[in-house]
Amino acid sequence: MNQSLHIWLIPLLPFAGFLLNGILGSRMPRWLVSTIGLLAPFFSFVLVLNAYALTSISAVSCTGCGSATAVALPYVETFPHPWIAVGGLRADFSFFLDPLSLVMLLVVAGVGFLIHIYSVGYMAHEEGYARYFSFLNLFLFFMTVLVLAGNVLLMFVGWEGVGLASYLLIGFWFQKQSAAAAGKKAFIVNRIGDFGFLIGIFLILVNFGTLNFNQIAVGLALRAGWHGGVLTAICLCLLLGAAGKSAQLPLYVWLPDAMEGPTPVSALIHAATMVTAGVYMIARTDFLFNRSPFALATVAIVGAATAIFAATIALAQNDIKRVLAYSTISQLGYMFLACGVAAYSAAIFHLVTHAFFKALLFLAAGSVIHAMGGEQDMRKMGGLRKKLPVTFWTMTIAVFTIAGFPPLAAFFSKDAILYAAFVQGTGGKILWFVGLLTAMLTALYMFRLWYMTFFGESRTADVHPHESPWSMRAPLVILALLSICGGWIGIESFSAYLAPSVGLHPAVSSNPHLELILAIFAFLAALEGWLIADKYYRRKTERPAQLAAALPAGYKLLANKYYVDEIYDTVLVKPLFAVSRYVLGWIVDTAILGGIAWLLAGVANLSGMILQRWQSGNLRSYAAWLTAAAAAVLLFILIAQGAIPMAEPLTHIMGAGH
Amino acid sequence: MSFLAHDVPLTWYLLLSAVLFSLGVVGFLIKRNIITMFMSIELMLNAVNLSFVAFAYQWHEVKGQIFVFFVMMVAAAEAAVGLAIIIAVFRVRATLAVDRINLMKL
Repeated sequence: MNQSLHIWLIPLLPFAGFLLNGILGSRMPRWLVSTIGLLAPFFSFVLVLNAYALTSISAVSCTGCGSATAVALPYVETFPHPWIAVGGLRADFSFFLDPLSLVMLLVVAGVGFLIHIYSVGYMAHEEGYARYFSFLNLFLFFMTVLVLAGNVLLMFVGWEGVGLASYLLIGFWFQKQSAAAAGKKAFIVNRIGDFGFLIGIFLILVNFGTLNFNQIAVGLALRAGWHGGVLTAICLCLLLGAAGKSAQLPLYVWLPDAMEGPTPVSALIHAATMVTAGVYMIARTDFLFNRSPFALATVAIVGAATAIFAATIALAQNDIKRVLAYSTISQLGYMFLACGVAAYSAAIFHLVTHAFFKALLFLAAGSVIHAMGGEQDMRKMGGLRKKLPVTFWTMTIAVFTIAGFPPLAAFFSKDAILYAAFVQGTGGKILWFVGLLTAMLTALYMFRLWYMTFFGESRTADVHPHESPWSMRAPLVILALLSICGGWIGIESFSAYLAPSVGLHPAVSSNPHLELILAIFAFLAALEGWLIADKYYRRKTERPAQLAAALPAGYKLLANKYYVDEIYDTVLVKPLFAVSRYVLGWIVDTAILGGIAWLLAGVANLSGMILQRWQSGNLRSYAAWLTAAAAAVLLFILIAQGAIPMAEPLTHIMGAGH
Repeated sequence: MSFLAHDVPLTWYLLLSAVLFSLGVVGFLIKRNIITMFMSIELMLNAVNLSFVAFAYQWHEVKGQIFVFFVMMVAAAEAAVGLAIIIAVFRVRATLAVDRINLMKL
């Protein structure tokens, strides 16, 4: 019964890989670097599978293995020595395994391992091979810490750590100015979100006196009537943190720029795992959000607005990775929308399927870019269908999946979200409609990408595309299979599995007819998107340009991403620079602080000039000063004692002598 | 009680000590030869030693005499180090006139 799952090894193995490759990697041959870099996530994944197997046995009655091997969820491993124990605060290195973190771990370790394999092929010709793998392992370490954390503070450590790994990997080609700038942008924008998260942690500590997830939940359960108020404040702070990490409005701007990193990094960190940390965090703290209807509504609105906002931008992008980046933002919006209508299991369901198909999309796009010799502009691609068959077919599966065609994975997860929104009353209907519109736009821009990349004639003459090596194709095929089958588990059984963590999905307990009607709507929306894309980007390829010319303002607005970067630059960045440079730089630093320092130096200089005259180098003058000073001190003491006439004490002594 | 304690009062010792000390000071200030200055320092130290011994004898206190041993020890060490420095200086500069040994001046 008390069998240990050794989940502490799950983060620690990648950390060992990070240390080995980081310290010794540059002196090791590439095959050794790859072996270490792959073995660490592989064994982590095996441990996760082991944990899953051992915890599921008790649920499925297993006659052969007996109850001795079963481990009950939730399962906690705590390092015996406290991490922080100050006053009333106590935080441990405690790892918390429940259905939610287990599902998340399966995604992180599984997809993470596949992308590690893919990286071996993709990065084969790059400088800094060992650096790349050590950073990738470092990311996996922090991500598993984030997922397994049993208290908010440890989660925050993982949260910051994945931000660091993300920064390091976005700026992997740091000699490139734009990559270095993109890394900084991601880090700084995330700081704003992390600030909110930190304030949320402080508020939790002040109001609950603990940071442990279970104890917070218990504290809430004891006060059943507690709604809104400070809980809303906590939730909004947490939402700000989640919006930063998961690239939601208004903090989404870093994610498109993060595409400067290597493509496997975009797939792992900026599509499948790290950016979903915000969704995971909201699901983890669902007991808080459930008590604050206002915060939940805000989450839903932020999610829906982000979903449609990013989808419209994706329509007019030409860089293949940027289309996928905006698509990621849009899909994350779906997950937030699901969290906002308290359908956490639907959000996690979509998170899982999204991890499969979006990682697949990125890896396939990476395969295209690899084949095109680094070209990312879709206008220069075309006709790749025959030359890259494996990439084409896996990409096709991914495109149909994200568009929401049955019976592929995203059809089920998106459907669960839209259904959960629809049954939430009038506001929910609006959210549902926005979601439906987004589904249509999603199909449109994804099929646009598909047609521009693989169909028609090649638009670049001097490139000879070649299919990628097996190490890149194998993960594509596995992820394609997962994208097909990932949704078949169905929201009912998925939600039932997650129920101990986040409660049941509303679909479980209501009517199937409505669900079917909504599913048909979603399917029609996806079909509509496909038909429009088919018309504009296959049959009448001159039409998009004509449309753009007919509506120049609208097209420019989308192509320039609603000028959000420019607005942020004018409203926030430039004034901040001006204040830093003129007020802080010139007035405070140069004038005030510099003036004080100059004044002090002047005083010291002047007194030095006066006092150096004593330092004559003439020994006898020193001796004279010494003697004079000694005489002066003696005189002073005698006067102070009133004993200048020495007669009285001396006569006394002499009298005593006789 | 010994002969000295009864016939020579403490004041005389102190006066002698003061005279020796003043001679030392004056010698130190006006002489230019380092060795002479060195001897003046010894004179000052011994003047102090004399008053220590006198006081110790007067008040039947052994502490003053112990102090004298300390002073003698320091004086011996000082003599060893000082003479070494003097020899080293003389080798380099071929003079013992203190006015001309002023390299440390700004």
